[in-house]
Amino acid sequence: MIILENVTKRYPVRGGMRTILECVNLSVLPGEKRGILGRNGSGKSTLVRIIGGAEPPCSGKVFHGMSVSWPMAFGGAFQTSLTGLDNLRFICRVYGVSIQDKVQFVEEFADLGSYFYEPVSTYSSGMRSRLAFALSLVIDFDCFLIDETWSVGDKKLRDRCADELFVKRAHKAMVLVSHNPEFVKRHCQTSSVMLNGKIHNFDNVEDGFAFYQEHLSEH
Amino acid sequence: MRQETSLWESLIIQKRVIWALCMREVLTRFGRRNIGFLWLFIEPMIFTLVIAFVVIFVRHRQFGTLSPFAFAVTGYSTVMLWRNMPGRCIHALESNASLLYHRHVKIMDIYFARILVEGVGATMSFFFLIIIFSVFGVMSLPVNPLQVCVGWFMLAWFGFSLAIFIGPASERSKFVEIIWRPFSYILFPFSGAMFVLDMMPPQAQNAFLFMPMVHGVECLREGYFGPIIKFHYDLGYMALFNLGLMVLGFSNLRHVSRQSHPE
Repeated sequence: MIILENVTKRYPVRGGMRTILECVNLSVLPGEKRGILGRNGSGKSTLVRIIGGAEPPCSGKVFHGMSVSWPMAFGGAFQTSLTGLDNLRFICRVYGVSIQDKVQFVEEFADLGSYFYEPVSTYSSGMRSRLAFALSLVIDFDCFLIDETWSVGDKKLRDRCADELFVKRAHKAMVLVSHNPEFVKRHCQTSSVMLNGKIHNFDNVEDGFAFYQEHLSEH
Repeated sequence: MRQETSLWESLIIQKRVIWALCMREVLTRFGRRNIGFLWLFIEPMIFTLVIAFVVIFVRHRQFGTLSPFAFAVTGYSTVMLWRNMPGRCIHALESNASLLYHRHVKIMDIYFARILVEGVGATMSFFFLIIIFSVFGVMSLPVNPLQVCVGWFMLAWFGFSLAIFIGPASERSKFVEIIWRPFSYILFPFSGAMFVLDMMPPQAQNAFLFMPMVHGVECLREGYFGPIIKFHYDLGYMALFNLGLMVLGFSNLRHVSRQSHPE
């Protein structure tokens, strides 16, 4: 499981520090699907980075008892001067898995044809998002981080992605960050609401939504 | 409190990550199609040749029995070693910060990989130049290869320390990048690469001995040429300097690691 204990994160701003996360407690059990709700700027992205281990908290503890993915379909990790295949190689090396049985999957899923052997800089944005998603599925993580940006791309791609994630990987833990209530309701069992840097955890999605709606109008 | 991975496991993961980053770095810089990889040797070769001819035409008599080519190779290669490592670490995070989304990739690894690629590149080009010029008969092989390696190692250590200091410092202040380039050019003539200390007046010798690189170059040259002239160096001083710089560098790195995060 993943446990965040009294996690606080501050960033230096002009004239002092801004607190983004304050004493955040959160746990994600194996197989649990937790939706994270919150307005823009409520600290969702920072929370995702801390869950994913991309940045350390200023204080508090983060315990990773299972492997966590990088935010799904995040394309920023590409080296655009390298080919799709080279980027796959890099991912496989970093996570220490064999590349042999992955090449075919990525080739098929990303559907790049001969572009797979060309630099990513020559790809269209659709090709990039397909490759990004395919690469995210290559490693067998225990927990997948899904940021709202994943919903880019056409409907066909979204359906294939949903199939890969919620059908074929239905037993995995997932942390979903989204503005879309339907999306969260459909896929999650538990929820957390970020409000002014504080987290409010709920054992189901309905209570989380009620709380979120209630406070949405406050500002 | 709770330990998720043992130290040994962490080391294995770090080795894997640094290797992956190195391969990525090599592919990005040298590519697959152009002559990129050869450039690693061609650039220092051109510079070395220029220096060698300058030595031949301008200062030939002073150098007595020292081969101008060996002098140039042992000079310029050492400058490449300690100058390129910090150069590659400046703003290394800017283009690589998104890699931090992979949990095992730490900021330290990004710097280590760049320094390693740079160090291995400079070392390969050093060996390559020695072999090429020896084959053409314009310089001979080192008298004491082990001492050459010691000098080379000390200079590499200096380069590493400087890089791990300058890299994170460049993330803290834009000023560092602006100042590094002229600074590295100014350091060049003072680094011992372009002279043998014994040919300097005594007061100048003492002043030059404040520069840590001078000690490494003198040691390396003594190993290369043998004790045909007096070489001046104190590896203890250089080690102390390197150690101090490295400690400062790691504290810089620690500070930046706490502050940085991907977009």
